[in-house]
Amino acid sequence: MATRLLRLTVLLIASLLVAVPVAMAQSQATPALVDALGQGGFPQREAAVAALVATTDQRVVPILEALSDGDLYTRKSDGKVVLAAKAGGGFALTDPLDQSGLGTASPSDIDKVKINNGLRGKLRTAIGQMTLLSTDRAVRLSAAQSVLKAADPSTLKLLQAALAAENDPQLKNVMELAEAVIVLKTDSPLAAKRAAIQTVAGHGDRDALTVLTAALATVPVELKPDVQAGIDGINNQLQLWGLAQNLVYGLSLGSVLLLAAIGLAITFGVMGVINMAHGEMVMLGAYATFVVQQLIQGYLPDLSDWSLMISIPAAFLFTGLVGIVIERSIIRWLYGRPLETLLATWGLSLILQQAVRSFFGPTNRPVLIPDWMTGQFSLGGLDITWNRLWIVVFAILVFAALQLVLNRTPLGLQMRAVTQNRRMASSMGIRTPFVDAMTFGLGSGVAGLAGVALTQIDNVSPNLGQGYIIDSFMVVVFGGVGNLWGTLIGALSIGVANKFLEPYVGAVLGKIIILVLIILFIQRRPRGMFALKGRAVEQ
Amino acid sequence: MTVHRVVTGLTLGAMMTMGAIAPVLAADDTIKVGVLHSLSGTMAISETTLKDTMLYLIDEQNKKGGLLGKKLEPVVVDPASDWPTFAEKARELISVDKVAAVFGCWTSSSRKSVLPVFKELNSILFYPVQYEGEESEKNVIYTGAAPNQQAIPAVDYLMSDDGGAVKRWVLEGTDYVYPRTTNKILEQYLLDKGVSKDDILINYTPFGFADWQTEVAKVKEFGSAGKKTAVVSTINGDANVPFYKELANQGVKAEDIPVVAFSVGEEELSGMDTTNLVGHLAAWNYFESVDTPENKTFIDGWHAFIKNDKRTTNDPMEAAYLGFNLWVKAVEKAGTTDTDAVLKAIVGLSVPNLTGGTATVLPNHHLTKPVLIGEVQADGQFDVVWKTPDVVPGDAWSDVLPEDKGIEADWTDPLTGCGHMDTATKTCTTAPSP
Repeated sequence: MATRLLRLTVLLIASLLVAVPVAMAQSQATPALVDALGQGGFPQREAAVAALVATTDQRVVPILEALSDGDLYTRKSDGKVVLAAKAGGGFALTDPLDQSGLGTASPSDIDKVKINNGLRGKLRTAIGQMTLLSTDRAVRLSAAQSVLKAADPSTLKLLQAALAAENDPQLKNVMELAEAVIVLKTDSPLAAKRAAIQTVAGHGDRDALTVLTAALATVPVELKPDVQAGIDGINNQLQLWGLAQNLVYGLSLGSVLLLAAIGLAITFGVMGVINMAHGEMVMLGAYATFVVQQLIQGYLPDLSDWSLMISIPAAFLFTGLVGIVIERSIIRWLYGRPLETLLATWGLSLILQQAVRSFFGPTNRPVLIPDWMTGQFSLGGLDITWNRLWIVVFAILVFAALQLVLNRTPLGLQMRAVTQNRRMASSMGIRTPFVDAMTFGLGSGVAGLAGVALTQIDNVSPNLGQGYIIDSFMVVVFGGVGNLWGTLIGALSIGVANKFLEPYVGAVLGKIIILVLIILFIQRRPRGMFALKGRAVEQ
Repeated sequence: MTVHRVVTGLTLGAMMTMGAIAPVLAADDTIKVGVLHSLSGTMAISETTLKDTMLYLIDEQNKKGGLLGKKLEPVVVDPASDWPTFAEKARELISVDKVAAVFGCWTSSSRKSVLPVFKELNSILFYPVQYEGEESEKNVIYTGAAPNQQAIPAVDYLMSDDGGAVKRWVLEGTDYVYPRTTNKILEQYLLDKGVSKDDILINYTPFGFADWQTEVAKVKEFGSAGKKTAVVSTINGDANVPFYKELANQGVKAEDIPVVAFSVGEEELSGMDTTNLVGHLAAWNYFESVDTPENKTFIDGWHAFIKNDKRTTNDPMEAAYLGFNLWVKAVEKAGTTDTDAVLKAIVGLSVPNLTGGTATVLPNHHLTKPVLIGEVQADGQFDVVWKTPDVVPGDAWSDVLPEDKGIEADWTDPLTGCGHMDTATKTCTTAPSP
C-alpha cells in the first residue's frame, strides 16, 4: 500500500514537472541543446528534438524546419551545429539561433545532420505544435493539419487554447476534428466521446474512416454501435465518391486519348490514309516542347514559366509542317493503295524514331513541369490532380478549335466536301491535292499538340509514340471516321471503361478486356459508332 | 627467267603465309569484352550508364597494361530493350566477335533469354543487377543482389520500429518474371511473419506504364485502414518516372506511406525533381553518397572519364566494377581467358567493394554484399539510414520458399558442379520452371 502511494506520488510529481515547462513562460533554447541535434544516432536526435520543443522558444521552429529540409550540418572541427547554404563552390554557414554569419566552409568540412522518416514525422508534429498559434493563417493551417495527423493527447490543452482564439471557419473545422480524435483516444466521459464520434463521422472522408476503424477496438461497449454506424455511413459515401473518382480518371484518360486520336481521325477520314507514323508526330510535338524549353532557358530565362504555353503554337506549326512535307513527298504517290501506305508510313515511323534517337540520344529528356501543374485539390470527396485537369481543359479547347476550323472556315468546308465525295468535290473546283496536304498538316499538327500535353504526364523518349498509336487506332475504329464527335465519344468511353475496369482486374487485364470488347463491337458495327452515311462514302 | 620465277614464287608464298598468319596474330593482340546493354527502348534509362561504366573500367585496365599482356577491346551492341534481341546479340558477340566474356543484361527477361546461348556456346555472363534469385547457372556470375541481400532486409527494416513498424503492405511491380518471383518470396515471408493475407495487396502493371492515377489512388485507399502501410516497388524502367510524379501530385508523403524501391537508384532519379519524394526509400548494396576512399576514387575517375561532373554512380555500376575486377583477377590466376579455366579460378576470389568491405565469389556464383537502406534526398542522392554490420552471402535458392528448403548450388568445379542440388538426398535435380 505504501509503495503504491509512493509510486502514485512520484508519478504525480513527474507529470507536474512535465506539464510545468509547457505552462511556464518561454525558456531559452541554448546552443548546447542545438548542438545535441548533431550527436549520436536517430534515437538521440529524437530526444534532442523533444528537449528543444520543451523550451517553447519560438526560435526553435526555423531550426526544426531546417533539420527537416536537410539544411542543418555539423561542423567537423568542433561539432557545432550550423545552417549551411550553398555559396559558390562551398557553403555559407550561419548560427541557427541568432543568424550570425560564421564564414564559409568546403563540403569536406561539414557533415549533414541526417534524419529518417520516423524523425521526419515527429518533426512535422513538433513544428505543428509550436506554430499552432502563429499569426500567419497558412502556417496555422498546416500546423492544425499536422496536429490532426499526429493526434497526440499531450497537445489537447494547446489545441483547446488555439480553438478558443480561432475565428477562421476552415481552421476551426480542422482543430475541432483534431480535438475529437484526441478525445476518442483518451479517457473521457461517455458524452464527450459520443459527441466526438459524431464530429468525426460528420467529416466523412478517408482519414475519418481510419480514425473510427482504430477507435472501434478501444471505445467502451456502449459506443461501439455508434462507431459502427459512423463507419458504415462513411463507407457508403466513399463508395459513391469512388465511382465519381473513377469517372474523373476515365475522363482524364479519355481526354489524352482524344488528343492523340483526333488528328488520326481527320487524316483517316478525309484521305483514307492509314498513317502508322501518327505516333511519331505526337513524339515530335513532345520533343518540340523540350527544344523550346532549352532555347528559352538558354536565351530568355525570364520567360521560363511560359515555355509550355509557347510550345503549343511552336509544336503545332512544326509538326504541321512535317506532316505537309510527308504528304507531299510520300503519301501523295500512294493514294488508293492502302497496303503500300501502311508499309510506307510504318517505315517512316521507324526512320523518325531513329532520327530523333540519333539527334537527341536514346535516353529520356526531362521537361520541367510548371508549378500550376503540380499537386491536387479536393472537390467534395474527389481528389483532382492539376495536371490532369489542365489536360482535360486543353483537350476540350483543341476539340472546339477543330470544330470551328471544320465548320466555319473555307478550308474546313473543302475538307468536309472531299471527305464525303472526292470526285464531286474535285468537279466543283476544289483543289483536292491542296486539301489533302492541308488535312495531313492539320492532323499532324494536332498530334503535335497531344505531344505537348503528354510531356506533363509521360516520359519524352523516342518511343513515346509507340505507346499511343494503338490506342489512337482503337479510338478511331470504335468512334467511326469522318465525324469528330465520334472520336470524342469513342475516346471518352474507352477511357472511362478502362478506368472502371482497372481497380478490379488490374491494368494489363483491363486493357485486354477493352480490346476484346472493341473487336466484338466491330463485328456488329464495322464502321464504328458514328459512321458517315451516304452513297459515295462507301468508296 | 627461272630465277625470276623462283623469286616470284617465294614472294607469293611468303605473302600468302603472312596473310594467313596475320589475322591470327592480329587477333591475339587484344582480348575482346562484350557489352550487352539496352541503349534504346524502355530500359535505356537504366542500362545506358552501365555500357559507359564498362568502357570506363576497360579504359582503366588498359592504362594499367591490359590483361595477360594484351589490350582489352570493348564490343558494344544494342539489344534495344527487346528480350529476343538480347539472345541474338549475345550469340553474335560470342560466335562472331569471339569475346572472352560478356557483361550485360538488366531485366530478368533478358537474362533468361540469353541463358541458353551462354550454355550452348560456353561463355561467361557477368550479370550486375539485383534480381529474384531462383537461379544458379554455370555460365553466369551474379554480381547483383539476391532477394536475401535486398528484398528481405528491406522488408525487415520496414517492419522494425526504425522503419515505421509497417503492418500493411502493397507489392507494386512491373509484369514480368522478376517482380512476380520476388513478390512470391516476399508474400511467403510476410505470411510466415504473421502478416494476414488481407494486409497484403499485390498489383502488376506493364512496362512503360504511364497512367498511374488509379494505382496510386488504390495505394492511398489501402493505406487508410488505420495501420501503417508501405509500398514495396519492383517497378522497372521509365514507368518509375510517372509513378513517382503521380505519388507527388496525389500528396503521398514518405512519412505517411513510404515507398521502398528495388530498381530505382541515382540514375533513374537523375532526370526528376525529387523535392516531393524526400524520404522514400531504396534498398541496394551501394549508394553514391557512401563516404569511403575507394568510392571517392571511383567517382572521381568516372567523372574524369565521362567528362561530366553531374553523372551519378549507382549500385549496378558497383556490381559491374566488382564483376570486371573479379574477371580480371580470375583470368590472371588461370593464365587464360578460356571459360572453364576462368570459372574454376573465380570461385573463392575476393576484391574490395566500394563501401569498405570485400566481395567474395561463392560456390553458387553469387557474391557477398552489404545491405544498405537509403532515403531519397532533394538532390536525387540517397542518405543511408540503415545498413547490415557485415556483408551478407547471396542465397540463390531462397530459404523462404518451401520448395527451396535444402537446395544449394555448387560450381566450385564448373565441369561437375550443380546449380540445383538437393542437399538432403545429395542429388542434382532440375529446378521447377518459374
